Order: sequence, then C-alpha cells, then structure tokens
Amino acid sequence: MNILKIKQIVSIITICILASCKNDPTQLSEVKGTIIPITESYTAVDSIEAYVAPYRNRINAVLDSTLAIVPKDLVLDDGERNTSMGNLLVDILLKETRPLFLKQTDKELDFAVFNRGGIRSIISAGNVTARNAYEVMPFENFIAVVELDGKAMRNLIDYLINSSRVHPIAGMQIVLDKNGNLESVNVNGSPFDENRNYYVATSDYLVQGGPSIGFFNDMVSVHDTGYLVRNAIIDYFKKVDTVTANVDNRFIQRK
Amino acid sequence: MKRRKFIAQTAGASALVGLGGLSLNACSTLNRKHITILHTNDVHSHIDPFPTTHSRYANLGGVARRATLVEQIRYENPNTLLFDAGDIFQGTPYFNFYGGELEFKLMSKLNYDAATIGNHDFDNGVDGLLAQIPHGTFDLLSANYDFSKTVLDGFVKPYKTYQLDGLKIGVYGLGIALDGLVTKRLSKETIYNDPYEIALDMERLLKEEEQCDLIICLSHLGYEYENPQRPSDVLLAQRTYNTNLIIGGHTHTFLDKPEIRTNLNGASVLVNQVGAYGLNLGRIDFYFDEQHSISADGVSISV
Repeated sequence: MNILKIKQIVSIITICILASCKNDPTQLSEVKGTIIPITESYTAVDSIEAYVAPYRNRINAVLDSTLAIVPKDLVLDDGERNTSMGNLLVDILLKETRPLFLKQTDKELDFAVFNRGGIRSIISAGNVTARNAYEVMPFENFIAVVELDGKAMRNLIDYLINSSRVHPIAGMQIVLDKNGNLESVNVNGSPFDENRNYYVATSDYLVQGGPSIGFFNDMVSVHDTGYLVRNAIIDYFKKVDTVTANVDNRFIQRK
Repeated sequence: MKRRKFIAQTAGASALVGLGGLSLNACSTLNRKHITILHTNDVHSHIDPFPTTHSRYANLGGVARRATLVEQIRYENPNTLLFDAGDIFQGTPYFNFYGGELEFKLMSKLNYDAATIGNHDFDNGVDGLLAQIPHGTFDLLSANYDFSKTVLDGFVKPYKTYQLDGLKIGVYGLGIALDGLVTKRLSKETIYNDPYEIALDMERLLKEEEQCDLIICLSHLGYEYENPQRPSDVLLAQRTYNTNLIIGGHTHTFLDKPEIRTNLNGASVLVNQVGAYGLNLGRIDFYFDEQHSISADGVSISV
C-alpha cells in the first residue's frame, strides 16, 4: 500500500470520528485518586538544590555561631518547684521585657511567668548558639504583658501551686508550708498586696488560650510587646559571656 | 506532536483490519479527556527532606524531590494543575530567616497554580504575607476571608478558572475561623465569613455562570472534628451540590487514600488531605467522556 492511500484512509477515518464525536467529552466519567509518598526514590532536581543551598548555608552559619558558653547543663528536672532551665527562660523574659515595657507604656513590670509545656528543650553544657534558642522556643510566640487585679493574682498563684507541672516564675517568690499550704508570696520585692494590680510578662500563647489553659482567668488589660520570646533569648545570649541558672528558693515548700 | 503521530499510525494500522466498527470505537477512546490535579498541604516551610536520624519521617519529603515527581506527572499529562491547601509558612528556620520568600519562590519554580491561605500564613501578619506575594507566580485563593479592609485587598482572589484541553476547571479557596488561632495584631481587619454559605455561592457561580466542568475547593478548614459545629471538609462535602473535589489541610491528616462522601445531589465528592511537611503528594485524575456515552450516575471512582 502506498503512502497516498494510507493518507486517504486516515482522512476518511478522521471524518468518521469527527462525525460520530460531535459532542465534546465534558461528562466526568472516571476518577482515580492516590497519595504518593515523597521518598528518596525521586532524585532531587539539581537546579532546585542549587537554588536552596545559599539560603541553607546562611541559616547554618547564623544558627551555629557561638553566642555564649554554658558551664553546666540547664535542665527541667533538677528541682521540685523550680528548675534551672525554667528559671533561665523566665529570668530572661523578665530581664528583657522590663525595659521594653517601661519604654512602651511607662509602666513597671512586676514579674514573669511561663508555661512548662512551652519550653521545648534543655540546653547542654558547652557553646550556646541561636540554634539552641530555636530548639527551646520553636514557636512564634510573642511576649505579652498582662495586667491582673488582686483576685486574678490569687487565681494565678493557686493555679501555680496546684499544677502538676513546674511552671517557672521570676520576680515572684512563693513559699508553701510543709503541708503545701500557702505561707507567703512576694512580688517584685514586696509582700503580695491584694488591693493593687500587677503587670506580668508571659507568652501570648497563655493569653490567647484564655481560661481553658488555666493561667489567666480575668485580665484587666493585655499589652502586646511585639517581641518574640525566641528573640529575647537570643538577645540575652548575645549580651552575656556565660549562661548560668540554678535551682533556688523562688518557689519552695518547707520540709 | 509525538502523540498525534502515534494516533495517526494506530488509525492507519487499524484501517487495515477493517473500517467497520472502527469509527464507533474510536470515538470514546480517542476523544477522552484527562485532567490531573496534584496537591500538597501544611508544608510548613519544610524545604529539605527530614534528616536520616529523624524518629518518624527519616529521609522523607523535600521540595527538590517533589519537583522531580511533579515534572514526571506533567510530562505524562500536560493537562495537570498543582495546588496547595495552606500553611505554607512556619516550621523551620527558613521561615524565621526569610519570612516565606524561599517557600514562595520554590512553589513558583514547581509551577504551583494556586494556594489557599492557612492560619500560619498570617504568622508575619497580613503585611508579612503581602511582602511575599511578589515572589510567587501562583494565585492566592480565599473566598471566605474578606481582606477588603487590609493591605491584602486586591491580592487574594475568591476563585480562579483554568482552561485545559477544552475543559473549564473552577477552583475556590476556604479558610478556617481566625478567632483563637490568629491574633488580631496579625490578621488586622481580616473578616472571616461562614465557609458553608460561601462555598454554596462559589459553586453556584462556577457551575452556572462560569460553566465549569470540574469544581475544586482548596480548604484549610480541617478534615473532621468531634464537635459537629466546627466547619470541616467532611461536612462541607455533604453540604454542597457541585464541588467535585475538596483538597484539605490544617489537621495534618494522613489519609491512606482519598475519602468519598455524598453531596446534596447524591453524587460522590472526593475529600483528600496528604498529612503535612511535604511528605506526600496527592494525585487525583479526572477522565471526561461524551455526554451520551455514559449513564447519569456513571462516574466510576477508584481510590
């Protein structure tokens, strides 16, 4: 059969097809669905790898440069009512927020409180880097300052005393008697005064969570500092040569 | 060109066998149309594969590998669309350092067509999201977030239609309630509207006015909740008429396979979600035939 004849036949068939398929296929007839795992069997596209590399290198350079030295491990289980790692974090919160809050509102910060569950890592002895700050605080939580009245303060203190987890505090001392009853509370160097309002620095996570989280039931006011908890940690690491924290008597139960 | 030549050769060869039944058979097979939809959700800035030492996802994921898979599928079927169901941002230092720039640039390199907005895409505020828009070649779709009083006004579309192989595909986006998830400082004057009502408006518009052949919802509502008052993809599927596929996110739900639900017309809706962190790619293939060649309820679904 020569080329011309094939061409003729193909044309005839094409006309037949066009004639019989005058309706465009627009009716959904079949659906197939799958979920495909991205495994190493798919070779990486080189151009994408090369594109990402400088971004990755810069991150690694920044995250892994030494900011300070940690002489001893900072952990979350070395004390009953307060721990070295918890104290470090909440002390940083108080130290770094106090001047900022004064500048932003002309008000004096009284104390700081943080949630144990929000501290995601310990810090081992050695060089401390920004990567440690990301490990401790991977979330984008901002520091908020909450104004509490006497009743809300009492609720917060009760919550801290009765919690099964060791939530860290700074600028506040809570002493329990040997039966676990409240003996004394000092805030910012003075005995707790139920007739005044207090300003506490904390994570905006605890503010947004509201009563369900337990810390703050009634808030007189909330001030958003716009300062990330993680950035406060990194800024602190940059300021000091050695990072130390110890279990102390800020929250104790008498034996 | 290759494909056309192949068809011509096949037709020529078949012609030798006999002209009789050919024209009838050829119609359904040669004239079938095929649309492929690919999707991710909750990638959360996971650009690199997980490290080999990772306890759960060792050596899985990675955007450069995803690129290879997407390329393969696009080569197989050029009539392919690629979508993301939100939470592009937040989860690795790539986001903390570059604010989502690299995520948007890479999604553009992979030729993503559109994405919807997840709650974490507000993590640097509406201003932070706006700042990344110039780095993306894909559309941001959200029908139930009203950005008209924010800087994002005009940068987010409620829906988009695509013409592929003579078929029209309509895609709309839905976002989750912002209260309790996103602070006002970040979402500013963004207004959240009821996703069910908006979905009905959208699918009516896409079906009746835009005359779409296929309707897809990109949702960041979440797959399913114990509380039936919370809007979810599973409930959305049962409360709509014309949406064919819901591509979900937010709940990081690792489905074994796409789920099938029945809509208000009694027809099947596919609901899919592929976990998180770019560990998986969802793939849904839609085949279209002539009106008269199949029965009314004749959509065959295999998952």
